[in-house]
Amino acid sequence: MKCVHCSKPAVIGLQHGALCKIHFIDYFEDKVIKTMNKYQMIERKDNICVATSGGKDSLTVLYLTKKYCEKYDIPLTKIRALAVDEGIAQYREKTLIDLQKFCKEQAISLEVVSFEQELGKTLDEAYPLINKSAQKKPCNVCGVWRRYLLNKYAAKSGASKVITGHNLDDEAQVIIMNIFKANTKLTGRLGPISGIECSDYFIQRVKPLYFCTEKEVRLYAFLKKFQVEFTECPYSKEGFRHQVQAMLNDFEERYRGTKQGVINSFLALLPQIREQEKGNVESVRECARCGEAANKEVCNACQMKEMISHD
Amino acid sequence: MNIIVANEREKTVTEIIFSGVTVADLLQQLHLNLEAFLVVRNREVITEDEALHEDDTLELLSVISGG
Repeated sequence: MKCVHCSKPAVIGLQHGALCKIHFIDYFEDKVIKTMNKYQMIERKDNICVATSGGKDSLTVLYLTKKYCEKYDIPLTKIRALAVDEGIAQYREKTLIDLQKFCKEQAISLEVVSFEQELGKTLDEAYPLINKSAQKKPCNVCGVWRRYLLNKYAAKSGASKVITGHNLDDEAQVIIMNIFKANTKLTGRLGPISGIECSDYFIQRVKPLYFCTEKEVRLYAFLKKFQVEFTECPYSKEGFRHQVQAMLNDFEERYRGTKQGVINSFLALLPQIREQEKGNVESVRECARCGEAANKEVCNACQMKEMISHD
Repeated sequence: MNIIVANEREKTVTEIIFSGVTVADLLQQLHLNLEAFLVVRNREVITEDEALHEDDTLELLSVISGG
């Protein structure tokens, strides 16, 4: 394949034609900047917290957030990176080393918070106990606590926006998972800017990589020489998501544009879904124990904490 | 033809007797999805229609994060 712009060897074939290294980087960065502008993901008054892990998505989104701020003359002191160490042996420590190195090179301040320090146990220790009491899968436990800590520490640092590295594949997977499980309420919270209604308790989350496929993000990270070592979470194959991911990749290989089609269909329906769910959304309130956001008296994170507190 | 394949995800390096022509043929032979891997030869990413040659050494980079 040759690049449609310059006839040099292509690095990727896209729906609108193949691109070489240089034209792909331009295309990718332009797409992300346009997404940030279209959805007004960063405003001049914002303090920005970038949720990071050290993987390709978060390094890419952190790098491009910095680039965006430089382009629009927003002080880089407004950007902070936040990482959560779940306490998964042989996994997170490796990506955190890459992240620390990256933040140092990019001169971006980084805060790392951990399940162990905040909740008293690592995920490896807590998951079997919670699973015994409430039959929760590790990804459920991890998801609840990660969201809890991100929101809590982003708020502590004075952030008005949380930027995440969710890409087009992540979003297409969740849309399909919610359809399979008839979970309209959760579907309404998706989109480039999260949430059905604004709340004082939740900091708004935005996704600049929303229209970038996972393959494009990996290619960008490779071409930019970001240090991304492949490490696999030992729990990742236990999830429903893993099956949906394989199914979507299988369709994409046979029918190029499938994932983009899922996203486009979803975005066309999102205003109606949000309108419909507005009346059904449980009002967000303050957790009676920790003071963080909750949709019942005690938040999910505190309920899980309770399950492990006797061991 | 013989090809050496380093698979990042599996952390393996294997010599393969390849019966096809292109990168797409190779991934099909290995039962791997084109969407899930980048193929690198001599530090350059190559596309699925690229022809492979005897004694090529390839890296298969996992597109999918491990989380």
